Amino acid sequence: MRRSMLFLPGNTPNMLINGSCLGADAVIFDLEDAVAPAEKDAARILVRNTMRDLDFRGCETIVRINSIDTPYWKRDLDEVLPQKPALILLPKTGCAADVEAADDYITLVEQRLGFAPNTVGLMPLIETALGVENAFAIASARSRVAALFLGAEDLTADLQCQRTKEGREIDYARHRLVVAARAANVAVYDTPFTDVNDDEGIRTDAAYAKALGFTGKAAISPRHVEVINQVFSPTIKEIRYAFEVMDAIALAKEQGRGAIALHGKMIDAPIVARARQTLDMARELGIGREDL
Amino acid sequence: MNSKLVASLREAIGLAGLHDGMTISFHHHLRNGDHVLNMVLEEIAGLGIRELTVNASSIFDVHAPILEHIQNHVVTKLQCDYMAATVGRAVSQGILDTPVEFRTHGGRPRDIALGRTPIDVAFIAAPTADPMGNCSGKYGKSACGSLGYAFADARYAKKVVVITDNLVPYPLQDWSIPETDVDYVVTVDAIGDPKGIVSGTTRITRDPVGLVMASQAAQVIRHSGLLKDGFSFQTGAGGASLAAAKFLKDIMVAEGIQGSFGLGGITGYMVDMLRAGCFRSLLDVQCFDLQAVESIRDDPRHQEISAQHYAAPGDRSAVVDSLDVVILGATEIDTDFNVNVHTDSSGSIMGGSGGHSDTAAGAKLAMIIAPMFRARLPIITDHVTCISTPGRDIDVLVTQGGIAVNPNNTELQRRLSDAGLPLLDIRALKEKAEAITGKPRALPRGDRVIAQVFGREGQLQDVIYNVPQK
Amino acid sequence: MTEIIRAASAGTLESSDVYVEIEPRTQGIELQLESVVLGQFGGAIEAAVREILAQFQVENARLHVVDRGALDCVIRARVETAILRGKGDN
Repeated sequence: MRRSMLFLPGNTPNMLINGSCLGADAVIFDLEDAVAPAEKDAARILVRNTMRDLDFRGCETIVRINSIDTPYWKRDLDEVLPQKPALILLPKTGCAADVEAADDYITLVEQRLGFAPNTVGLMPLIETALGVENAFAIASARSRVAALFLGAEDLTADLQCQRTKEGREIDYARHRLVVAARAANVAVYDTPFTDVNDDEGIRTDAAYAKALGFTGKAAISPRHVEVINQVFSPTIKEIRYAFEVMDAIALAKEQGRGAIALHGKMIDAPIVARARQTLDMARELGIGREDL
Repeated sequence: MNSKLVASLREAIGLAGLHDGMTISFHHHLRNGDHVLNMVLEEIAGLGIRELTVNASSIFDVHAPILEHIQNHVVTKLQCDYMAATVGRAVSQGILDTPVEFRTHGGRPRDIALGRTPIDVAFIAAPTADPMGNCSGKYGKSACGSLGYAFADARYAKKVVVITDNLVPYPLQDWSIPETDVDYVVTVDAIGDPKGIVSGTTRITRDPVGLVMASQAAQVIRHSGLLKDGFSFQTGAGGASLAAAKFLKDIMVAEGIQGSFGLGGITGYMVDMLRAGCFRSLLDVQCFDLQAVESIRDDPRHQEISAQHYAAPGDRSAVVDSLDVVILGATEIDTDFNVNVHTDSSGSIMGGSGGHSDTAAGAKLAMIIAPMFRARLPIITDHVTCISTPGRDIDVLVTQGGIAVNPNNTELQRRLSDAGLPLLDIRALKEKAEAITGKPRALPRGDRVIAQVFGREGQLQDVIYNVPQK
Repeated sequence: MTEIIRAASAGTLESSDVYVEIEPRTQGIELQLESVVLGQFGGAIEAAVREILAQFQVENARLHVVDRGALDCVIRARVETAILRGKGDN
């Protein structure tokens, strides 16, 4: 379950050491934008030590390395891959070749470390016009790709438009990414909401992302984590419905019937798949039948 | 025109009959902007009076000049409820021959009233006063709001000198301390620096750990069984405590819960809660920010109370006896839930109980919010350096790494467990913190008692030793 | 053996961080340590610093370490960074 992903600046010990306590399902150790060029070396060593020595149980670890057009990205991977992050967030992914280059190198390091193939997943960060146009090719380029991630700040700069709170300018990219990711059968995560003091704004923005089909959403402020978790958790109503769906198909199976209806609507495979997903999340959240 | 005005502070000191060995008192409503304590001691030193006891409800960093008067034996003994780090450090290094006496905000007025700590002359900084001594903290350029801590001094001291920088014609309306208690009135240019008296706007913390703890604290209150109509609440002015008040307000507003009162040192956050309908009234012993000062002046639901009414034990009742939930801080808490707010982890004085023990004893739910560690020093210890508030009065500790309920409170344990909150035994929480920080080496303690800590019932609860010099 | 050939530093003076300065020295290790938790963790901090020096086979260097309550993993990271910045083939 990965509803919220919280960015932690890679060279700031005060943030890193408390990262696992901030309520996010995953943390993203940021070696890219949050770290000045002169501190890239310091940050990757600090992040490696933090991942190695502190307990991040119950909180997935993701590392945003530097993009493959920089001199840093391979050294970033050398340091952090031994700590088995769940995902590598690859910035400025523009085309399938970018994914292939990163995947080739990760594969090499994985082999050197004796890891099973695809131990560490790859999450291309789509933050250029080219990346949006190539979203499906990127998502399906290699089996290591586990998710797409929308980065709206850089994208709007590339699109030569203003980034607004309402986000109409990124609407197309959001739709496009969800479709591409779902077509490639990978997860898809929404860009952070950047106004740290707007409690209503983050809720509206997260709810919109969920409505479009995003799996979860990133945050640059710990203040946004709880709202994102709430929005991307199944509601009691959804969980109840999911149980009804499962009960209905169990009953139909018992009675040897093929077509199943619930509340006058046909239950088909996608509805069942969705119900299963909902119940998986409910189980992780500790919500069972008795809580409904 | 009848008047108690005297020409100068020096003259007032003379008229009050102050001489060697007496006790003088001060309140701390002007906090770190106070000029009065320093001003009075300066005059007294100039008059050659020596060996005084200073009974101040709190001593702040701005009062550092008192150290010189201690060195010169103008001041030889201190009694207070709270002592900030500058003076605290010198005291911990052994500057006084006689131990400091710490009391609680409730214990201090009780001991004054009972004559256990008699005051010869009380010097009352008053942001507004009239020539007969009626005075108030709500008006004037040095407005501080409530004068709650000064009531006992005014009522029971043998002589009372009001010092003001805003003299108004008789009679001052809406006075706090009445002329019946006052002997002399002195005007000065400024009783304090407004910047240090109240904060502009108290802001919610941006510290992520503080926010996580605040959010958990609000959940603890929500599931405590106490959050219902009639709910009463106090919280400190620390970042995480204020954030908890904000989260609590969101819950109360969303669920339409109408509380009865908010208590204590009042901030803008509590004022917001009053205005949002979370409480019917605020009972205010001290204002922390401008919004609180404006509110106590303008909103009749926002009521000034004396320290005695707030917290004193032994009276027929005090407000803390009716309190549901209080959120408090800690510099250390031990595995028996004893809390230290007097010293830092190295044993040097940097605080005091204030209303900590009074509210913890009175409230149905006394909650400590503290991070698992500060600057690598774990908060949970085997034994606190100083017992400021005994563990029997503490119900729950909230940290960013989990929540520990005092095993004595089985009902709370059950309620929070049913709510699915992350509960841990306090020993497990201690180990969790030490796994991150490493185990600190115990520091050597001095062998001379430099402070006595009196519990709210007046008993000697603990002592504080000097910090040896390297 | 790793030789320190230039003065270098790593880390910051922010809370929970540590500032490490390293510079060449002809004979042995000279370590000057300041910390807000010197009494409680001075020994542990020195041990961590010396362990990283040994791991990188630094035998001659002067270090000035100003600790602001950093955790062990942070101290080790900053010392390592300082060594890598001050060593020869950088």
